[in-house]
Amino acid sequence: MGLALESEFCHYCSMRTRTTLEFTNVSKTFGAVHAVSDLSFTVEPGRVTGFLGPNGAGKTTTLRMLLGLVRPTSGTATIGGRAYAQLERPLATVGTALEASDFHPGRSARNHLRVYAAAAGIDSARVEVVLRTVGLADYADRRVGGYSLGMRQRLGLAFALLGDPDVLVLDEPTNGLDPEGIRWMRGFLQTLAAEGRTVLVSSHLLAEVQQTVDWVVIISRGRAVYEGSLDGLETGSAVRVDSPDRSALAAALTGSGAQVQTTDDALLATGITAAEVGAAALAAGVPLSLLTTESVGLEEVFLQLVGSDDAMTTGEVSA
Amino acid sequence: MIGALKSEFLKLTTVRLWWVLLLTLFGYVGFTAGLLAGVFGAMGDQLASSPNAPQLPADGLPPLIYSTVTVVGYVVPLILGALSVTSEFRYQTLTPTFLAGPRRGVVLGAKVVVLAVAGAVYGLGGLVASMGIGGSILAATGIDPQLGSADTWLLAGRVVIASALWAVIGVGVGSLITNQVASIVVVLAFAQFIEPILRLGASIWDWTAAVGKFLPGAASDALVGSSIFTSLGTGTTAVQSLDWWQGGLVLLGLGAVLAFAGFLTSWRKDVT
Repeated sequence: MGLALESEFCHYCSMRTRTTLEFTNVSKTFGAVHAVSDLSFTVEPGRVTGFLGPNGAGKTTTLRMLLGLVRPTSGTATIGGRAYAQLERPLATVGTALEASDFHPGRSARNHLRVYAAAAGIDSARVEVVLRTVGLADYADRRVGGYSLGMRQRLGLAFALLGDPDVLVLDEPTNGLDPEGIRWMRGFLQTLAAEGRTVLVSSHLLAEVQQTVDWVVIISRGRAVYEGSLDGLETGSAVRVDSPDRSALAAALTGSGAQVQTTDDALLATGITAAEVGAAALAAGVPLSLLTTESVGLEEVFLQLVGSDDAMTTGEVSA
Repeated sequence: MIGALKSEFLKLTTVRLWWVLLLTLFGYVGFTAGLLAGVFGAMGDQLASSPNAPQLPADGLPPLIYSTVTVVGYVVPLILGALSVTSEFRYQTLTPTFLAGPRRGVVLGAKVVVLAVAGAVYGLGGLVASMGIGGSILAATGIDPQLGSADTWLLAGRVVIASALWAVIGVGVGSLITNQVASIVVVLAFAQFIEPILRLGASIWDWTAAVGKFLPGAASDALVGSSIFTSLGTGTTAVQSLDWWQGGLVLLGLGAVLAFAGFLTSWRKDVT
Protein backbone atom coordinates (compact mmCIF):
# COMPACT_ATOMS: atom_id res chain seq x y z
CA MET A 1 0.00 0.00 0.00
CA GLY A 2 2.87 2.31 0.85
CA LEU A 3 4.35 1.59 -2.55
CA ALA A 4 1.13 2.41 -4.39
CA LEU A 5 0.75 5.61 -2.45
CA GLU A 6 4.28 6.65 -3.22
CA SER A 7 4.05 5.97 -6.94
CA GLU A 8 0.82 7.90 -7.12
CA PHE A 9 2.40 10.74 -5.21
CA CYS A 10 5.36 10.82 -7.55
CA HIS A 11 3.12 10.73 -10.54
CA TYR A 12 1.88 14.12 -9.50
CA CYS A 13 5.06 15.69 -8.26
CA SER A 14 7.72 14.55 -10.71
CA MET A 15 8.85 11.73 -12.95
CA ARG A 16 12.38 11.98 -11.60
CA THR A 17 14.28 8.81 -10.78
CA ARG A 18 14.77 8.70 -7.04
CA THR A 19 18.32 7.63 -6.43
CA THR A 20 19.90 6.60 -3.15
CA LEU A 21 23.61 6.87 -2.45
CA GLU A 22 25.07 4.10 -0.40
CA PHE A 23 28.43 3.97 1.33
CA THR A 24 29.19 0.53 2.70
CA ASN A 25 32.24 0.02 4.94
CA VAL A 26 34.32 2.36 2.82
CA SER A 27 37.97 2.76 3.78
CA LYS A 28 40.83 4.56 2.12
CA THR A 29 44.45 4.56 3.11
CA PHE A 30 47.03 6.86 1.54
CA GLY A 31 50.33 5.33 2.57
CA ALA A 32 50.24 5.37 6.37
CA VAL A 33 47.38 7.86 6.57
CA HIS A 34 43.91 6.45 7.19
CA ALA A 35 41.87 9.06 5.35
CA VAL A 36 38.57 7.20 5.68
CA SER A 37 37.91 4.26 8.00
CA ASP A 38 35.01 1.84 7.65
CA LEU A 39 32.46 4.52 6.80
CA SER A 40 28.84 3.50 6.19
CA PHE A 41 25.86 5.73 5.54
CA THR A 42 23.09 6.29 3.03
CA VAL A 43 21.89 9.46 1.38
CA GLU A 44 18.20 9.52 0.56
CA PRO A 45 16.49 11.36 -2.29
CA GLY A 46 14.17 14.31 -1.77
CA ARG A 47 16.18 16.04 0.89
CA VAL A 48 19.40 17.92 1.42
CA THR A 49 21.94 15.89 3.32
CA GLY A 50 24.81 17.73 4.96
CA PHE A 51 28.14 15.94 5.07
CA LEU A 52 30.03 17.63 7.84
CA GLY A 53 33.41 17.41 9.41
CA PRO A 54 36.47 19.55 9.99
CA ASN A 55 39.02 20.05 7.24
CA GLY A 56 40.99 16.87 6.76
CA ALA A 57 38.24 14.64 8.16
CA GLY A 58 38.03 12.70 4.90
CA LYS A 59 35.01 14.38 3.29
CA THR A 60 36.54 15.05 -0.09
CA THR A 61 38.16 11.62 -0.25
CA THR A 62 34.79 10.03 0.54
CA LEU A 63 33.06 12.01 -2.21
CA ARG A 64 35.82 11.18 -4.70
CA MET A 65 35.39 7.49 -3.93
CA LEU A 66 31.68 7.78 -4.70
CA LEU A 67 32.57 9.41 -8.02
CA GLY A 68 35.08 6.77 -9.08
CA LEU A 69 37.97 9.23 -8.93
CA VAL A 70 39.61 7.53 -5.97
CA ARG A 71 39.61 3.76 -5.59
CA PRO A 72 38.56 2.67 -2.07
CA THR A 73 41.02 0.47 -0.21
CA SER A 74 37.98 -1.56 0.81
CA GLY A 75 34.19 -1.23 0.81
CA THR A 76 31.89 0.19 -1.85
CA ALA A 77 30.18 3.45 -2.66
CA THR A 78 27.23 3.20 -5.05
CA ILE A 79 24.69 5.39 -6.80
CA GLY A 80 21.33 3.69 -7.10
CA GLY A 81 23.17 0.42 -6.52
CA ARG A 82 25.80 0.97 -9.19
CA ALA A 83 29.38 2.13 -9.14
CA TYR A 84 30.00 5.45 -10.87
CA ALA A 85 31.98 3.86 -13.69
CA GLN A 86 28.99 1.64 -14.48
CA LEU A 87 26.56 4.50 -14.95
CA GLU A 88 25.35 4.68 -18.53
CA ARG A 89 24.97 8.46 -18.52
CA PRO A 90 27.11 9.63 -15.61
CA LEU A 91 26.49 13.38 -15.83
CA ALA A 92 22.75 12.86 -16.22
CA THR A 93 22.78 10.73 -13.08
CA VAL A 94 25.19 12.57 -10.81
CA GLY A 95 26.14 16.23 -11.01
CA THR A 96 29.28 17.14 -9.17
CA ALA A 97 31.00 20.31 -8.02
CA LEU A 98 34.18 19.57 -6.13
CA GLU A 99 36.06 22.03 -4.03
CA ALA A 100 39.21 22.13 -6.12
CA SER A 101 38.84 24.50 -9.03
CA ASP A 102 39.27 22.11 -11.92
CA PHE A 103 39.38 24.59 -14.79
CA HIS A 104 41.89 25.34 -17.51
CA PRO A 105 42.52 29.04 -16.88
CA GLY A 106 42.85 29.77 -20.59
CA ARG A 107 39.44 28.36 -21.52
CA SER A 108 36.20 30.33 -21.33
CA ALA A 109 33.35 29.19 -19.12
CA ARG A 110 31.18 28.41 -22.12
CA ASN A 111 33.89 26.31 -23.75
CA HIS A 112 34.65 24.59 -20.44
CA LEU A 113 31.06 23.41 -20.29
CA ARG A 114 30.98 22.54 -24.02
CA VAL A 115 34.01 20.27 -23.59
CA TYR A 116 32.30 18.14 -20.95
CA ALA A 117 28.84 18.30 -22.50
CA ALA A 118 30.40 16.79 -25.61
CA ALA A 119 32.12 14.05 -23.61
CA ALA A 120 28.87 13.13 -21.87
CA GLY A 121 26.73 13.34 -25.00
CA ILE A 122 24.71 16.27 -23.67
CA ASP A 123 23.22 18.72 -26.14
CA SER A 124 25.17 21.98 -26.18
CA ALA A 125 21.89 23.90 -25.73
CA ARG A 126 22.07 22.79 -22.08
CA VAL A 127 25.28 24.82 -21.74
CA GLU A 128 23.34 28.04 -22.29
CA VAL A 129 20.61 26.95 -19.89
CA VAL A 130 22.95 26.20 -16.99
CA LEU A 131 24.99 29.37 -17.63
CA ARG A 132 21.77 31.37 -17.19
CA THR A 133 20.73 29.31 -14.15
CA VAL A 134 23.89 30.18 -12.24
CA GLY A 135 24.00 33.76 -13.51
CA LEU A 136 27.17 33.51 -15.60
CA ALA A 137 25.67 34.07 -19.05
CA ASP A 138 27.13 37.58 -19.34
CA TYR A 139 30.65 36.45 -18.49
CA ALA A 140 30.63 33.13 -20.31
CA ASP A 141 33.16 34.07 -22.97
CA ARG A 142 35.77 35.34 -20.53
CA ARG A 143 38.69 33.10 -19.76
CA VAL A 144 38.19 31.36 -16.42
CA GLY A 145 41.67 32.44 -15.27
CA GLY A 146 40.22 35.90 -14.59
CA TYR A 147 37.23 34.65 -12.58
CA SER A 148 36.71 35.42 -8.91
CA LEU A 149 36.29 32.54 -6.48
CA GLY A 150 32.55 33.15 -6.38
CA MET A 151 32.32 32.97 -10.18
CA ARG A 152 34.32 29.74 -10.18
CA GLN A 153 31.90 28.29 -7.63
CA ARG A 154 29.03 29.20 -9.92
CA LEU A 155 30.79 27.64 -12.89
CA GLY A 156 31.36 24.51 -10.82
CA LEU A 157 27.65 24.43 -10.08
CA ALA A 158 26.85 24.94 -13.77
CA PHE A 159 28.98 21.89 -14.55
CA ALA A 160 27.09 19.92 -11.90
CA LEU A 161 23.74 20.88 -13.45
CA LEU A 162 24.81 20.15 -17.01
CA GLY A 163 23.14 16.77 -17.24
CA ASP A 164 20.02 17.75 -15.23
CA PRO A 165 21.05 15.01 -12.80
CA ASP A 166 19.04 13.06 -10.23
CA VAL A 167 21.86 13.37 -7.72
CA LEU A 168 23.92 16.43 -6.81
CA VAL A 169 27.19 16.10 -4.95
CA LEU A 170 28.62 19.46 -3.92
CA ASP A 171 31.84 19.91 -1.99
CA GLU A 172 31.88 23.13 0.06
CA PRO A 173 29.58 24.93 -2.41
CA THR A 174 29.29 28.11 -0.36
CA ASN A 175 33.05 28.75 -0.16
CA GLY A 176 33.82 32.10 -1.69
CA LEU A 177 30.19 33.14 -2.14
CA ASP A 178 29.01 36.47 -0.79
CA PRO A 179 26.09 36.48 1.69
CA GLU A 180 23.63 37.02 -1.15
CA GLY A 181 25.16 34.10 -3.03
CA ILE A 182 24.96 31.88 0.05
CA ARG A 183 21.28 32.71 0.47
CA TRP A 184 20.66 32.00 -3.20
CA MET A 185 22.50 28.68 -2.91
CA ARG A 186 20.37 27.65 0.10
CA GLY A 187 17.12 28.22 -1.72
CA PHE A 188 18.46 26.59 -4.82
CA LEU A 189 19.53 23.39 -3.07
CA GLN A 190 16.17 23.11 -1.33
CA THR A 191 14.35 23.52 -4.63
CA LEU A 192 16.48 20.78 -6.16
CA ALA A 193 15.72 18.45 -3.27
CA ALA A 194 12.02 19.26 -3.42
CA GLU A 195 12.04 18.11 -7.03
CA GLY A 196 12.95 14.66 -5.76
CA ARG A 197 16.68 14.88 -6.31
CA THR A 198 19.28 13.55 -3.95
CA VAL A 199 21.43 16.39 -2.68
CA LEU A 200 24.65 15.79 -0.75
CA VAL A 201 26.49 18.89 0.43
CA SER A 202 29.76 18.84 2.31
CA SER A 203 30.92 21.58 4.62
CA HIS A 204 33.33 22.10 7.46
CA LEU A 205 31.04 24.70 8.98
CA LEU A 206 27.76 23.58 10.49
CA ALA A 207 26.46 27.15 10.50
CA GLU A 208 26.82 27.34 6.70
CA VAL A 209 24.42 24.48 6.08
CA GLN A 210 22.36 24.58 9.26
CA GLN A 211 19.44 26.32 7.57
CA THR A 212 19.62 24.20 4.42
CA VAL A 213 20.03 20.59 5.40
CA ASP A 214 17.35 18.15 6.45
CA TRP A 215 19.74 15.42 7.50
CA VAL A 216 23.37 15.35 8.52
CA VAL A 217 26.22 12.90 8.46
CA ILE A 218 29.13 14.05 10.59
CA ILE A 219 32.55 12.54 10.23
CA SER A 220 35.73 13.06 12.14
CA ARG A 221 39.12 11.58 11.29
CA GLY A 222 37.57 9.38 8.64
CA ARG A 223 34.88 7.89 10.87
CA ALA A 224 31.17 8.65 11.10
CA VAL A 225 30.32 10.16 14.49
CA TYR A 226 26.68 11.09 13.88
CA GLU A 227 23.98 10.41 11.34
CA GLY A 228 20.48 11.80 11.75
CA SER A 229 18.37 14.93 11.75
CA LEU A 230 19.60 18.23 13.10
CA ASP A 231 16.90 18.08 15.81
CA GLY A 232 18.46 14.90 17.08
CA LEU A 233 21.72 16.75 17.45
CA GLU A 234 20.29 19.36 19.76
CA THR A 235 20.92 18.05 23.25
CA GLY A 236 18.85 20.84 24.68
CA SER A 237 20.24 22.36 27.82
CA ALA A 238 23.02 22.08 30.33
CA VAL A 239 23.16 23.39 33.86
CA ARG A 240 25.98 25.68 34.88
CA VAL A 241 26.55 25.27 38.57
CA ASP A 242 29.24 26.05 41.11
CA SER A 243 30.06 25.74 44.76
CA PRO A 244 32.89 26.78 47.08
CA ASP A 245 33.44 23.04 47.46
CA ARG A 246 33.50 22.14 43.79
CA SER A 247 34.71 18.56 44.12
CA ALA A 248 31.98 17.66 46.62
CA LEU A 249 29.41 19.16 44.24
CA ALA A 250 30.82 17.22 41.29
CA ALA A 251 30.63 14.00 43.29
CA ALA A 252 27.03 14.72 44.30
CA LEU A 253 25.98 15.43 40.71
CA THR A 254 27.74 12.38 39.30
CA GLY A 255 26.04 10.37 42.04
CA SER A 256 22.65 11.47 40.75
CA GLY A 257 23.42 10.38 37.19
CA ALA A 258 24.58 13.61 35.54
CA GLN A 259 27.54 14.06 33.18
CA VAL A 260 29.77 16.69 34.66
CA GLN A 261 32.41 18.76 32.90
CA THR A 262 34.70 21.23 34.62
CA THR A 263 35.02 24.57 32.84
CA ASP A 264 37.18 27.52 33.83
CA ASP A 265 34.73 29.07 36.26
CA ALA A 266 32.08 26.46 36.98
CA LEU A 267 30.78 22.95 36.42
CA LEU A 268 28.67 22.11 33.40
CA ALA A 269 26.18 19.33 34.06
CA THR A 270 24.15 17.61 31.38
CA GLY A 271 21.43 15.00 31.69
CA ILE A 272 19.98 16.73 34.71
CA THR A 273 17.61 19.64 35.33
CA ALA A 274 18.34 22.69 37.48
CA ALA A 275 15.79 21.56 40.08
CA GLU A 276 17.45 18.16 40.32
CA VAL A 277 20.84 19.85 40.75
CA GLY A 278 19.46 21.88 43.65
CA ALA A 279 17.95 18.81 45.29
CA ALA A 280 21.17 16.83 44.89
CA ALA A 281 23.22 19.65 46.40
CA LEU A 282 20.86 20.00 49.33
CA ALA A 283 20.90 16.28 50.00
CA ALA A 284 24.71 16.28 50.00
CA GLY A 285 24.85 19.43 52.11
CA VAL A 286 26.90 21.34 49.55
CA PRO A 287 26.26 25.11 49.34
CA LEU A 288 25.72 26.49 45.84
CA SER A 289 27.30 29.71 44.55
CA LEU A 290 25.86 29.53 41.01
CA LEU A 291 22.94 27.78 39.37
CA THR A 292 21.82 28.60 35.86
CA THR A 293 20.44 26.79 32.86
CA GLU A 294 21.98 27.37 29.45
CA SER A 295 21.23 25.96 26.03
CA VAL A 296 23.97 24.11 24.24
CA GLY A 297 24.33 25.42 20.71
CA LEU A 298 24.44 23.14 17.68
CA GLU A 299 27.91 24.36 16.90
CA GLU A 300 29.14 23.28 20.33
CA VAL A 301 27.62 19.84 19.94
CA PHE A 302 29.20 19.63 16.52
CA LEU A 303 32.61 20.64 17.83
CA GLN A 304 32.30 18.15 20.67
CA LEU A 305 31.43 15.41 18.20
CA VAL A 306 34.33 16.08 15.89
CA GLY A 307 36.69 16.70 18.79
CA SER A 308 38.13 19.78 17.15
CA ASP A 309 40.21 20.71 20.22
CA ASP A 310 42.12 17.44 20.09
CA ALA A 311 42.61 17.70 16.39
CA MET A 312 43.91 21.24 16.66
CA THR A 313 46.45 20.49 19.33
CA THR A 314 47.77 17.30 17.76
CA GLY A 315 47.80 18.79 14.28
CA GLU A 316 45.72 16.02 12.77
CA VAL A 317 43.56 18.52 10.96
CA SER A 318 46.08 18.85 8.19
CA ALA A 319 46.87 15.12 8.04
CA MET B 1 33.70 7.25 -28.24
CA ILE B 2 32.34 9.92 -30.58
CA GLY B 3 31.58 12.13 -27.58
CA ALA B 4 35.08 11.58 -26.22
CA LEU B 5 36.59 12.51 -29.60
CA LYS B 6 34.49 15.65 -29.81
CA SER B 7 35.44 16.58 -26.27
CA GLU B 8 39.18 16.12 -26.90
CA PHE B 9 38.89 18.12 -30.11
CA LEU B 10 37.21 20.97 -28.22
CA LYS B 11 39.85 20.80 -25.47
CA LEU B 12 42.55 21.33 -28.06
CA THR B 13 40.86 24.09 -30.01
CA THR B 14 39.40 26.16 -27.15
CA VAL B 15 42.75 27.25 -25.70
CA ARG B 16 45.38 29.26 -27.51
CA LEU B 17 48.19 26.74 -27.31
CA TRP B 18 47.47 24.98 -30.60
CA TRP B 19 47.85 27.99 -32.84
CA VAL B 20 50.73 29.46 -30.84
CA LEU B 21 52.64 26.22 -31.39
CA LEU B 22 51.53 26.01 -35.02
CA LEU B 23 52.86 29.52 -35.64
CA THR B 24 56.08 28.54 -33.88
CA LEU B 25 56.44 25.54 -36.17
CA PHE B 26 55.64 27.63 -39.22
CA GLY B 27 58.20 30.25 -38.30
CA TYR B 28 60.88 27.75 -37.31
CA VAL B 29 60.48 25.60 -40.41
CA GLY B 30 60.04 28.58 -42.71
CA PHE B 31 63.24 30.15 -41.42
CA THR B 32 65.27 26.93 -41.59
CA ALA B 33 63.97 25.92 -45.02
CA GLY B 34 64.44 29.43 -46.38
CA LEU B 35 67.98 29.65 -45.03
CA LEU B 36 68.96 26.25 -46.43
CA ALA B 37 67.38 27.00 -49.79
CA GLY B 38 69.13 30.35 -49.94
CA VAL B 39 72.54 29.07 -48.88
CA PHE B 40 72.61 25.92 -50.99
CA GLY B 41 70.74 27.47 -53.89
CA ALA B 42 73.05 30.43 -54.16
CA MET B 43 76.27 28.57 -53.39
CA GLY B 44 75.54 25.23 -54.95
CA ASP B 45 78.08 25.77 -57.74
CA GLN B 46 80.82 26.84 -55.41
CA LEU B 47 80.14 23.90 -53.10
CA ALA B 48 80.27 21.48 -56.01
CA SER B 49 83.64 22.80 -57.20
CA SER B 50 85.19 22.63 -53.74
CA PRO B 51 86.06 19.00 -52.91
CA ASN B 52 86.29 19.51 -49.14
CA ALA B 53 82.81 20.96 -48.73
CA PRO B 54 79.89 18.66 -47.88
CA GLN B 55 78.40 17.38 -51.10
CA LEU B 56 74.74 17.27 -51.85
CA PRO B 57 73.07 14.86 -54.22
CA ALA B 58 72.43 16.54 -57.55
CA ASP B 59 68.67 16.78 -57.35
CA GLY B 60 68.35 16.10 -53.62
CA LEU B 61 68.05 19.69 -52.56
CA PRO B 62 64.26 20.20 -52.69
CA PRO B 63 63.38 17.11 -50.61
CA LEU B 64 66.14 18.03 -48.19
CA ILE B 65 64.55 21.41 -47.66
CA TYR B 66 60.94 20.23 -47.63
CA SER B 67 61.68 17.55 -45.03
CA THR B 68 62.88 20.12 -42.48
CA VAL B 69 59.27 20.08 -41.18
CA THR B 70 59.97 16.92 -39.24
CA VAL B 71 63.76 16.78 -39.33
CA VAL B 72 64.10 19.97 -37.31
CA GLY B 73 60.46 20.64 -36.41
CA TYR B 74 59.27 17.32 -34.98
CA VAL B 75 59.71 18.64 -31.48
CA VAL B 76 56.69 20.93 -31.94
CA PRO B 77 53.98 18.28 -32.47
CA LEU B 78 55.79 16.25 -29.81
CA ILE B 79 55.35 19.09 -27.30
CA LEU B 80 51.73 19.63 -28.36
CA GLY B 81 50.99 15.99 -27.58
CA ALA B 82 52.79 16.07 -24.25
CA LEU B 83 51.06 19.29 -23.16
CA SER B 84 47.64 17.90 -24.07
CA VAL B 85 48.12 15.40 -21.23
CA THR B 86 50.21 17.34 -18.72
CA SER B 87 47.84 20.31 -18.74
CA GLU B 88 45.07 17.96 -17.58
CA PHE B 89 47.19 17.02 -14.59
CA ARG B 90 48.39 20.55 -13.98
CA TYR B 91 44.96 22.18 -13.98
CA GLN B 92 43.23 19.13 -12.47
CA THR B 93 40.87 18.95 -15.40
CA LEU B 94 41.14 15.17 -15.17
CA THR B 95 38.44 15.44 -12.50
CA PRO B 96 35.68 16.78 -14.81
CA THR B 97 37.10 14.69 -17.64
CA PHE B 98 36.69 11.43 -15.73
CA LEU B 99 33.34 12.54 -14.29
CA ALA B 100 32.00 13.06 -17.81
CA GLY B 101 33.72 9.94 -19.14
CA PRO B 102 34.59 7.47 -16.41
CA ARG B 103 36.12 5.00 -18.86
CA ARG B 104 39.65 6.31 -18.73
CA GLY B 105 40.99 4.13 -21.51
CA VAL B 106 38.41 5.60 -23.89
CA VAL B 107 39.50 9.12 -22.91
CA LEU B 108 43.16 8.30 -23.59
CA GLY B 109 42.26 6.62 -26.87
CA ALA B 110 40.30 9.68 -27.99
CA LYS B 111 43.21 11.90 -27.04
CA VAL B 112 45.58 9.79 -29.13
CA VAL B 113 43.29 9.98 -32.17
CA VAL B 114 42.66 13.72 -31.90
CA LEU B 115 46.34 14.48 -31.35
CA ALA B 116 47.27 12.32 -34.35
CA VAL B 117 44.96 14.44 -36.47
CA ALA B 118 46.37 17.63 -34.93
CA GLY B 119 49.91 16.37 -35.61
CA ALA B 120 48.96 15.76 -39.24
CA VAL B 121 47.62 19.32 -39.45
CA TYR B 122 50.92 20.54 -38.02
CA GLY B 123 52.70 18.52 -40.70
CA LEU B 124 50.60 20.28 -43.34
CA GLY B 125 51.28 23.68 -41.78
CA GLY B 126 54.99 22.94 -41.71
CA LEU B 127 54.89 21.87 -45.36
CA VAL B 128 53.29 25.17 -46.34
CA ALA B 129 56.31 26.83 -44.76
CA SER B 130 59.01 24.50 -46.10
CA MET B 131 57.55 24.11 -49.60
CA GLY B 132 56.19 27.63 -49.85
CA ILE B 133 59.12 29.60 -48.49
CA GLY B 134 61.89 27.09 -49.25
CA GLY B 135 60.48 26.28 -52.68
CA SER B 136 60.12 29.94 -53.64
CA ILE B 137 63.70 30.69 -52.69
CA LEU B 138 64.93 27.63 -54.61
CA ALA B 139 63.03 28.81 -57.66
CA ALA B 140 64.44 32.30 -57.22
CA THR B 141 68.00 30.94 -57.23
CA GLY B 142 67.32 29.05 -60.41
CA ILE B 143 66.85 25.56 -58.98
CA ASP B 144 63.85 23.46 -59.96
CA PRO B 145 61.68 23.19 -56.80
CA GLN B 146 60.31 19.87 -58.20
CA LEU B 147 56.76 20.73 -57.20
CA GLY B 148 55.48 18.74 -60.17
CA SER B 149 57.26 15.56 -59.09
CA ALA B 150 55.28 12.72 -57.60
CA ASP B 151 58.21 11.96 -55.30
CA THR B 152 57.94 15.40 -53.75
CA TRP B 153 54.30 14.86 -52.92
CA LEU B 154 54.95 11.36 -51.58
CA LEU B 155 57.56 12.90 -49.32
CA ALA B 156 54.99 15.49 -48.22
CA GLY B 157 52.57 12.68 -47.37
CA ARG B 158 55.21 10.91 -45.30
CA VAL B 159 56.01 14.18 -43.50
CA VAL B 160 52.33 14.42 -42.50
CA ILE B 161 52.36 10.84 -41.19
CA ALA B 162 55.58 11.42 -39.24
CA SER B 163 54.22 14.61 -37.69
CA ALA B 164 51.02 12.79 -36.65
CA LEU B 165 53.07 10.02 -35.04
CA TRP B 166 55.22 12.51 -33.15
CA ALA B 167 52.11 14.06 -31.59
CA VAL B 168 51.01 10.57 -30.50
CA ILE B 169 54.44 9.94 -28.98
CA GLY B 170 53.95 13.25 -27.17
CA VAL B 171 50.72 11.94 -25.61
CA GLY B 172 52.69 8.95 -24.38
CA VAL B 173 55.51 11.09 -22.98
CA GLY B 174 53.00 13.38 -21.23
CA SER B 175 51.22 10.37 -19.74
CA LEU B 176 54.46 9.04 -18.30
CA ILE B 177 55.92 12.37 -17.18
CA THR B 178 52.84 14.17 -15.95
CA ASN B 179 54.68 17.18 -14.53
CA GLN B 180 54.37 19.83 -17.22
CA VAL B 181 57.75 21.48 -16.74
CA ALA B 182 59.59 18.17 -16.39
CA SER B 183 57.85 16.88 -19.50
CA ILE B 184 58.89 19.86 -21.63
CA VAL B 185 62.46 19.79 -20.31
CA VAL B 186 62.81 16.08 -21.05
CA VAL B 187 61.36 16.47 -24.56
CA LEU B 188 63.60 19.42 -25.42
CA ALA B 189 66.70 17.87 -23.89
CA PHE B 190 66.15 14.61 -25.73
CA ALA B 191 65.22 16.11 -29.08
CA GLN B 192 67.74 18.93 -29.22
CA PHE B 193 70.68 17.48 -27.33
CA ILE B 194 70.71 13.82 -26.35
CA GLU B 195 69.46 12.30 -29.55
CA PRO B 196 71.65 14.34 -31.93
CA ILE B 197 74.70 13.32 -29.86
CA LEU B 198 73.64 9.68 -29.82
CA ARG B 199 73.09 9.74 -33.57
CA LEU B 200 76.48 11.30 -34.15
CA GLY B 201 78.13 8.84 -31.77
CA ALA B 202 76.32 5.91 -33.33
CA SER B 203 77.73 6.71 -36.76
CA ILE B 204 81.29 5.90 -35.64
CA TRP B 205 81.14 2.09 -35.89
CA ASP B 206 79.01 -0.21 -37.97
CA TRP B 207 77.46 -1.98 -35.01
CA THR B 208 76.46 1.27 -33.26
CA ALA B 209 75.05 2.56 -36.50
CA ALA B 210 72.93 -0.58 -36.72
CA VAL B 211 71.47 0.27 -33.32
CA GLY B 212 71.40 4.02 -33.85
CA LYS B 213 69.11 3.78 -36.83
CA PHE B 214 66.34 2.82 -34.41
CA LEU B 215 66.61 6.10 -32.51
CA PRO B 216 63.28 7.91 -32.87
CA GLY B 217 64.71 10.87 -34.76
CA ALA B 218 66.58 8.55 -37.12
CA ALA B 219 63.44 6.47 -37.61
CA SER B 220 61.49 9.63 -38.35
CA ASP B 221 64.05 10.70 -40.96
CA ALA B 222 63.91 7.23 -42.46
CA LEU B 223 60.13 7.47 -42.68
CA VAL B 224 60.27 10.85 -44.38
CA GLY B 225 63.10 9.63 -46.61
CA SER B 226 65.29 12.67 -46.59
CA SER B 227 67.22 14.52 -43.95
CA ILE B 228 69.76 17.29 -43.76
CA PHE B 229 71.49 15.25 -41.02
CA THR B 230 71.97 12.06 -43.00
CA SER B 231 72.89 13.95 -46.16
CA LEU B 232 75.61 15.84 -44.39
CA GLY B 233 76.70 12.81 -42.36
CA THR B 234 80.39 13.04 -41.64
CA GLY B 235 80.78 9.53 -40.25
CA THR B 236 83.41 7.29 -41.71
CA THR B 237 80.92 4.54 -42.38
CA ALA B 238 78.03 4.55 -44.78
CA VAL B 239 74.91 6.06 -43.25
CA GLN B 240 72.58 3.32 -42.13
CA SER B 241 68.91 3.91 -42.34
CA LEU B 242 65.69 1.95 -42.00
CA ASP B 243 63.23 1.65 -44.86
CA TRP B 244 60.56 4.31 -44.74
CA TRP B 245 57.87 1.93 -43.51
CA GLN B 246 60.18 0.48 -40.87
CA GLY B 247 60.80 3.99 -39.60
CA GLY B 248 57.05 4.53 -39.44
CA LEU B 249 56.59 1.31 -37.48
CA VAL B 250 59.31 2.31 -35.00
CA LEU B 251 57.53 5.62 -34.33
CA LEU B 252 54.11 3.95 -34.13
CA GLY B 253 55.44 1.30 -31.77
CA LEU B 254 57.13 3.91 -29.60
CA GLY B 255 53.92 5.93 -29.36
CA ALA B 256 51.85 2.84 -28.54
CA VAL B 257 54.28 1.59 -25.87
CA LEU B 258 54.57 4.99 -24.19
CA ALA B 259 50.81 5.64 -24.22
CA PHE B 260 50.05 2.17 -22.87
CA ALA B 261 52.68 2.52 -20.15
CA GLY B 262 51.17 5.89 -19.25
CA PHE B 263 47.72 4.34 -19.12
CA LEU B 264 48.92 1.62 -16.74
CA THR B 265 50.56 4.15 -14.44
CA SER B 266 49.40 7.77 -14.21
CA TRP B 267 46.03 7.35 -15.92
CA ARG B 268 44.84 4.73 -13.47
CA LYS B 269 45.92 6.61 -10.38
CA ASP B 270 43.54 8.17 -7.90
CA VAL B 271 42.50 11.67 -8.92
CA THR B 272 42.73 13.69 -5.74
